Order: sequence, then structure tokens, then C-alpha cells
Amino acid sequence: MATLDTDALGAWVREYARAVTEHRDELTELDSAIGDADHGTNMHRGMTAAVAALDATPPADGAALLKTVAMTMISKVGGTSGPLYGTLFLRMSGALDDGSPAAFAAAFRAGVEGVVARGKAELQDKTMVDALLPAADALTEAVGAGQELDVALRAAADAAARGRDSVTPLVARKGRASYLGERSADHVDPGAESAVLLVEAAAATLGRS
Amino acid sequence: MKKLINDPADVVDDALRGMAAAHPELRIDPEHRVVFRGDAPVAGKVGLVSGGGSGHEPLHGGFVGLGMLDAACAGEVFTSPVPDQMVAATQGVDAGAGVLHIVKNYTGDVMNFEMAAELVAAESGTEVVSVVTDDDVAVQDSLYTAGRRGVGVTVLVEKLAGAAAEQGRPLAEVAEVARRVNGQGRSMGMALTSCTVPSAGKPTFDLPADEMELGVGIHGEPGRRRVPVAPAREVAEMLLEPVLADLDFTGGDGVLAFVNGMGGTPLLELYVVYAEVQAVLAKAGVTVARSLVGSYMTSLEMAGCSITLLKVDDELIRLWDAPVRTPALRWGV
Repeated sequence: MATLDTDALGAWVREYARAVTEHRDELTELDSAIGDADHGTNMHRGMTAAVAALDATPPADGAALLKTVAMTMISKVGGTSGPLYGTLFLRMSGALDDGSPAAFAAAFRAGVEGVVARGKAELQDKTMVDALLPAADALTEAVGAGQELDVALRAAADAAARGRDSVTPLVARKGRASYLGERSADHVDPGAESAVLLVEAAAATLGRS
Repeated sequence: MKKLINDPADVVDDALRGMAAAHPELRIDPEHRVVFRGDAPVAGKVGLVSGGGSGHEPLHGGFVGLGMLDAACAGEVFTSPVPDQMVAATQGVDAGAGVLHIVKNYTGDVMNFEMAAELVAAESGTEVVSVVTDDDVAVQDSLYTAGRRGVGVTVLVEKLAGAAAEQGRPLAEVAEVARRVNGQGRSMGMALTSCTVPSAGKPTFDLPADEMELGVGIHGEPGRRRVPVAPAREVAEMLLEPVLADLDFTGGDGVLAFVNGMGGTPLLELYVVYAEVQAVLAKAGVTVARSLVGSYMTSLEMAGCSITLLKVDDELIRLWDAPVRTPALRWGV
């Protein structure tokens, strides 16, 4: 069975940093259509700083690693993505039990629930929650059914993408996009997009450890 | 992109350095990006802290000084500051009488100020009260949106609550003034052009040469409606109509009428708009008690304006006339 040790979680975080950097302009583009044109810049700044913090002080264990990422996002990013992604990693850090896939799935769920509580968003509000909640559900279900972690994370990433796509036609009800009313419909939500990248990064790294 | 900058990544730090050089009466903490009153914390006085994304200058740093804010946190351009900054600002202005946070209603600002208030309570026990401004009538207020945005009325809250704090009033009363001002003020804005966030390098939205955006936000977030460019007279009517429909401004001691420039509109044009505003208000039976015309809450180089009306009474007029000494507002001293 795969073990999610500190190195594996570190690889996930680094892959996510690489992905948000690669997609920086795309995220900003999506955000300029229905937000304030800074999501790519902010995620790039935060995740680059998180990787730098991990390089500067190698964490003792997986929980410490996730906490470093959380505190960096909270203190470097601002906006909504800083507190929301920060809360996700912070709750995951607090809930991470051991290196088993079941523990990771439970920690991920705790992180997503933290995002829901901090942002007060529900499904269909057209936010990152629309990608994260289906991903957490799919992950819990697949791991619970005894699937291998790579299969479970693939299912989670696919669920995140479906969740993101399912709210694209909708009118946003939270965040800056909600100010647009009807004009927010038929745009991809930038937060849901960066959340899909997070789960994709997990599938690309953790699933292979 | 043509801008007077060195590097897009350094815009906020470079501007704070310039502000520190130009205003020795202020104290600027470059690490936390906080602008403090030079004499903060002021003994016995409630501390006023605000902050938000950069790009709205003179808001908020330009309103730090006697009779207004004690500290302002500067975030990245159009991005809320982070809790660390707000904690540093709050602890730096706390003289024992408590601290008022003035927060514009944007999800990020509200979330980061909330986290900061939790941290301050856990660390030092400083009493913090938050007042969130949400005066933009362009946005529908419902359970299903982030609520109305905080725009022009924020400047008035900072001035009026600042004057109340300067008189030595307790935290609860200062917060009450802030809440009352927010509750009695309404705004609506428009844009003739987009703005360009330095790190993005290109305009946030496209606006054809013959169209304008009604109900635009202060971050270049598109408004609710695009209409053909119209004379200032019609623009004043289009902006005031939803404001007047949202709250009854007739009777009483009248209003404070605030015509605000978005950054790229000359004062000459703002006065043209103000003349039309005065005419529309006269026709609507609204008396103007005080006025403010200028670019006080901007959106980088966006061309356009917003109009804010605030219902005033004797007390608010006295607070408005009270001395203020900040880089951007200065009278009576």
C-alpha cells in the first residue's frame, strides 16, 4: 500500500506550485473575465513562497509541511485565495493522522470543510467548493472501497473537473464574480480551476508514491 | 503597458518608500506595509485601522493622520492585505481604548480582517470592533451574493469616525458613528476606460471607445450594464437615479454629496459632473449641506467617477467640519 510520507506530500506541494506557475496567465485571464485579474499572480506568489519556505526549513513531518504551506499562504497571499487555501492546508495539517490513504482522504475532507466554513460557500455558488467537495467525496468513496490510491486520486481529480464544469453555466453567488449577476454565467470560475489543479497535482504525485 | 514604475513586483513597496520620504509626519513600517500616524498610539484614543488592496490611493494610507485613521495596511494591487499586517497595525495603534477596523465589503478583505481580529484577541486581548462598509447600489444585496461592495462611503466613514475618535469618545460610540454613516450612505460608479493591474500588464476589461460601464467596481470588475457614452448631465442622472431610489434623502439636514474620480478623470470633468449632481438633487428636493469633489478612492488609471450621497445631521456635519490633517484631506488645522 502506498505511504504518504513527508517527501510524497512535499512532491504534491511542489507539483502544485509548478502547475499554478504554468497556468498563471490562464488563471488571471479567467479572473479578469469575472473577478479582479489577480488569481494567477496571487497563487503563483503564494505557492512559490511556500516552496521557498519548505526549502529553507525542511519540515519534520507531513503535518509540519502542510502547516508551513498554510501559514505561508495566509501571510503572503491576501485576497480570498490566501485565507481559503491557507485554511485548507491548515485543517489538513491538524487532521493528518498517519501516512495511509484513508488518513489522507480524511485530512483532505477536513481541509475542504475548513474552506466551506471560512468562505461560507455552498455547492452551486460557483466557487472552489464546487470542485473541492466532489473531489473529497470521490476520494473518500474510492479509498473506502479499497481502491489503490492512484485510482482514487484519479477519480477525485475527475470529480473536481466535473464539478468545475458543472457550475460554468451558472450565475456566481459568492465572491467578486457575484457582483456581475447574469454576466458571470458561462465563465469558468478561476477558484474552481485552481482547485482542480490542486487535485490533479495530487493525482500526478501522491498516486504514484 | 506604459506606467511610471520600476518593476511591477515592487510597485507597492516603492510607493510606500516614496510616501515615507514625502510625509515625515507619518511612520511607515515597510516590512508589514503599514502606514502609521507618527504619534500612534495616541493615549486614551480609540485606534482606527483600515486597509485594503493598493491601487485606490489616496485610500487608505493617504487618510492616516490627525482626525482620521491611525494606521492603514497596504495589500498588493487590488488584493486584500494579509492578517499579519492587520495584527501589526492593530497592536501598533492600541492605546488601551480599543481599536476599530474599517473594512470594505469584499470577501477577501472581510476574511483577512476577521482572521486578524481572531489573532489579536488570542495574542493581546485588544478589544476590536469591525465595521464593514457596503454602500454600492450597483450590486444587488441578497443572501445569494457577497452583498454590496464598500466604495465611496468608506472615505466618509474614515473621516467622521476619525473625528469622533479624536474627540476621545469610547469605542462603542465611534463604532456607532461608523455604522450610522455606512447605513445612511449610498454610492454608484461608472467607468469610461478600464485600468491595468501592473502585474497583469494589460487592461482588466475591454471597453469600446463609444461605450461606458455603469455600476463598475473599484477593482476594474465590470459593472452590470454597458451603455453608449452620454453627456455628463445624463451620466449624473443615471448614477443618481438608483441612489435616490434606494434611500430617501429628502428632508432633515440634507446630504453630503461626494463626487469621486476613479483615477484617470481630471478635476475639471469632476466639477462638470458635480454641477449636474447639484441640479439633479435640487430637482429631487434634496438639500446639499456639504460637498467633496476629487479623486479620493481610485481604481488605478481608470477614467470615470462615482457619486456618494450621505444623509447628514447636526452631529455628522460637526464631525465633518472637525480638523483633519492627513496627506489627502486637510482642513481646520
